[in-house]
Amino acid sequence: MSTTTTAPVIPAYTKKDFESGVDPRWCPGCGDYSIINQVQRALPSAGVARENIVFVSGIGCSSRFPYYMHNYGMHTVHGRAPSFAAGLKLSRPELQVWVVTGDGDALAIGGNHFIHALRRNIDIKILMFNNRIYGLTKGQVSPTSELGKKTKTTPHGSPDYPFNPPALALGAGGTFVARSIDVEGAHLGAVVQAAQAHKGTAYVEIYQNCPVFNDGAYQNLTDKAVKADRQLRMEHGKPLLFGKDMKKGIRFDPRTAHLEVVTVGENGVKEADILVHDAHRDDPTLAFMLANLDQAPGFPTPIGVFRDVRRPTVDEITWQLVGEAKAAAKKQLSVPEFLAQGETWTVKG
Amino acid sequence: MATQNTPSRRKVRQVEAVTIRFVGDSGDGMQLTGAEFTRASALAGNDVATFPDFPAEIRAPAGSLYGVSGYQVNIGAHDLLTPGDTPDVLVAMNPAALKTNLGDLKLGGLLVVNTGAFTPPNLEKAGYEKNPLEDEVLQSTYRYVAIDMNRLTESALAGSGLSSKDVARCKNYFALGLLNWLYSRDADPQVEAIRRKFQKKPELAEANIKVFQAGFAYGETSELFYERYVVPPSKLAPGTYRTVTGNHAAALGFATVAKTTGREVFFGGYPITPSTEIVQDLSKWKEHGVVTFQAEDEIAGIGAAIGAAFGGSLAVTATSGPGLALKVEMMGLAVMLELPLVVVDVQRGGPSTGMPTKTEQSDLLMALFGRHGEAPMPVLAAQSPGDCFWAAMEAMRVAVKWMTPVLLLSDGYLAQGSEPFRIPDLSELPRVEPRYQKEPNRGEKYMPYLRDEKLVRPWAIPGTAGLEHRVGGLEKDSLTGMVSYDGANHEHMIRIRAQKVRNVVEDVPDVKVDGPEKGDLLLVSWGGTYGSVRTAAEALRAQGKSVSHAHLRWLNPLPRNLGEVLRRFKKVMVPEVNDGQLAFYLRGSFPGIDPISHTRINGKPLRVSELVEKANQIL
Repeated sequence: MSTTTTAPVIPAYTKKDFESGVDPRWCPGCGDYSIINQVQRALPSAGVARENIVFVSGIGCSSRFPYYMHNYGMHTVHGRAPSFAAGLKLSRPELQVWVVTGDGDALAIGGNHFIHALRRNIDIKILMFNNRIYGLTKGQVSPTSELGKKTKTTPHGSPDYPFNPPALALGAGGTFVARSIDVEGAHLGAVVQAAQAHKGTAYVEIYQNCPVFNDGAYQNLTDKAVKADRQLRMEHGKPLLFGKDMKKGIRFDPRTAHLEVVTVGENGVKEADILVHDAHRDDPTLAFMLANLDQAPGFPTPIGVFRDVRRPTVDEITWQLVGEAKAAAKKQLSVPEFLAQGETWTVKG
Repeated sequence: MATQNTPSRRKVRQVEAVTIRFVGDSGDGMQLTGAEFTRASALAGNDVATFPDFPAEIRAPAGSLYGVSGYQVNIGAHDLLTPGDTPDVLVAMNPAALKTNLGDLKLGGLLVVNTGAFTPPNLEKAGYEKNPLEDEVLQSTYRYVAIDMNRLTESALAGSGLSSKDVARCKNYFALGLLNWLYSRDADPQVEAIRRKFQKKPELAEANIKVFQAGFAYGETSELFYERYVVPPSKLAPGTYRTVTGNHAAALGFATVAKTTGREVFFGGYPITPSTEIVQDLSKWKEHGVVTFQAEDEIAGIGAAIGAAFGGSLAVTATSGPGLALKVEMMGLAVMLELPLVVVDVQRGGPSTGMPTKTEQSDLLMALFGRHGEAPMPVLAAQSPGDCFWAAMEAMRVAVKWMTPVLLLSDGYLAQGSEPFRIPDLSELPRVEPRYQKEPNRGEKYMPYLRDEKLVRPWAIPGTAGLEHRVGGLEKDSLTGMVSYDGANHEHMIRIRAQKVRNVVEDVPDVKVDGPEKGDLLLVSWGGTYGSVRTAAEALRAQGKSVSHAHLRWLNPLPRNLGEVLRRFKKVMVPEVNDGQLAFYLRGSFPGIDPISHTRINGKPLRVSELVEKANQIL
């Protein structure tokens, strides 16, 4: 469509300009408050007019998000937000389209739409709040709940293995895959900004605490006492170091093709031995290894951007094909000419 | 070579109409043969109506009974509304085709058989214990013409260098050549058509032309036919014509919406038989303002369409029964959001996977009532292949005017069948008029659910500064559109959404009665049975009976005068290709009216003869 009324000059927005004025109705202490706060802080600097931003959501606690944003918004059907976003973005490529979803919405009922959005690299941002529980239905197992987890539908422990969301996203061809944590405000804000700057499907997994049904799910990652040893903050072009004194690091063992945790200064390990993070590498293998890093005990949990590569998006390709078809058309056919293509005959009166 | 340049020695008999059925194995090219003969007939000025009938398997095992593919075409010098009940001419390319179709051939009809395919293995596959062609009863019941098309095709292509497999695939052109001769067609346009069709494979083009000409010449030189036929041109309304199938016509209709409005038409969907040609056609027309999206599933297809509608596009999705079932939740959302959307359901045999390539009208009640909650939608049905064009445009016009999803019902018979289509002038086309809200509508505020006098809400699209708003599937406040759990508001919203859909009746023309305005019997039809029922009513009146016909284009809302029309007749009969869904609906809508339901659900269109018979029983 060519009917946008984009203002020529983007106003100097503040965070308040992105607040709808409706008071959020999440439980006290919910991680969603922190997330919306960071998103509302990130948007003013994006250089996009408020009316050209659309938030689309499915069903779940996280999916109330659009109501609280002063933008265009759609609160849709459980799991299917990426399909609405895809249609909207394809038809209106100038819009900035966000999907806000949760672990159940995106990975259970909406798993199909999730992987296909990533496969197509449609230019939308997907913020997935992962609290590893069904909150809105009051505490059932989710596709990211741990094996053995006791919930209302798994009173004897969950028999299901969880998804590893960044690995799933990378496997589906994600061009931007990142992770952050609700309580790490500055980090989350930076990741949201990076997602916004990315052209293509930008997937951000946000670890989010549900204080009512799964409180403390990420405590062993966020507690001050342990977080330095448990969080691996990935930064493009920088060595993958962590720990209180940043002496622990990730090294690639070429004999086993595994990543290992080493300590700089011990056993002859030098800083130069530490793997340097390269989010822009087209080959996703290393990103995939990092996404799986904490699946084994003793490894830190990576947060930050696993992968950020540029590849033509489905909306770009679609409109390029439209442009080529228009350019190739010898002339603009009138409606009768269009309808009379092919073999015709005339009946005289 | 004897073609049209050699004057024929046969006398030519004029016939008003003829029904021809080509039947053979799925791999025999019967669909192509039928379509080509239809095209030639249409170009010769005849009215045509077709019924392709093929198995769901792409290539069923060769020679099997369930692998038989058929194409019936009715050619006439007058207006034809059906592909004909029973063929006058049956061209059978193998034993299985003969076995499954011979019973339909009119007594005394012309039976042309490719005897070359009547080998012991093929006879066995068809379940014949002995060769049926040797049966004297067959030979005396029909005008039996035996031709070894396999051998004649091989000799026509002797020395061509083609593989025996390629040679075998040319034999349908022998049949086509023969029928073109028999119905006094010019051979040249067909030769040109073959050349065009195979322009990328010139060696196949030449081979098919040779075989076509061999078939044409064979009619003349063999002594098998004592006369030829001609069907004079039909007296169609003046204009330029083409042939269309229902699916092609629907796609043309949606693309025409894009051209006349200058607005993008967005199609989101998922391939499903028998609707797939709609998206395939639309996908070709990027330069005409159509954007198509083949989604990962049926649900995402309609979801993408709703997303595009929120963005201001003229949104369409198309599907068939199982796909409609998947889209139900999404349709409920579209009702709740009050966004324009056209959902096309090309009905097929159900339930479940049912009979994908066979026609049925069994989604009517689902279309009307098949959503959770109170979720009314306008529903209309196309009545002929060409009418799919008009119905598509009308559905979009109503969707946009009333800010509502609209369900358009077609069926497998309309989708695959073809008929002449007169190219309309611009002035004849429905005007689709999207209006986008540009300004706040209450003081400085924008209320997305503040309605006009017709109860239609405004359409403000992203990119419009100052009108930012949120919509969603939760019940909404009747003005602001924000979430509301207030019971009174909910009831108000349910009633107002229903009233809005009822208001659409202002766009529903009064139902017209064909025949006497009152009398003994009224036949009421909807959708693809229009042609059979109209023809049956005409036939009954020709017998001196007091029988009229009313056809329903709109199923929701129903025409304002329908109840009054129904009450004018002593009896009402509702023929349908389902288990009586319209009859049920009419009983509920018009207390006291108890229509006689006539149903047949065998995957085929209703026959005129069975309707006439049934009506005569009732009268």
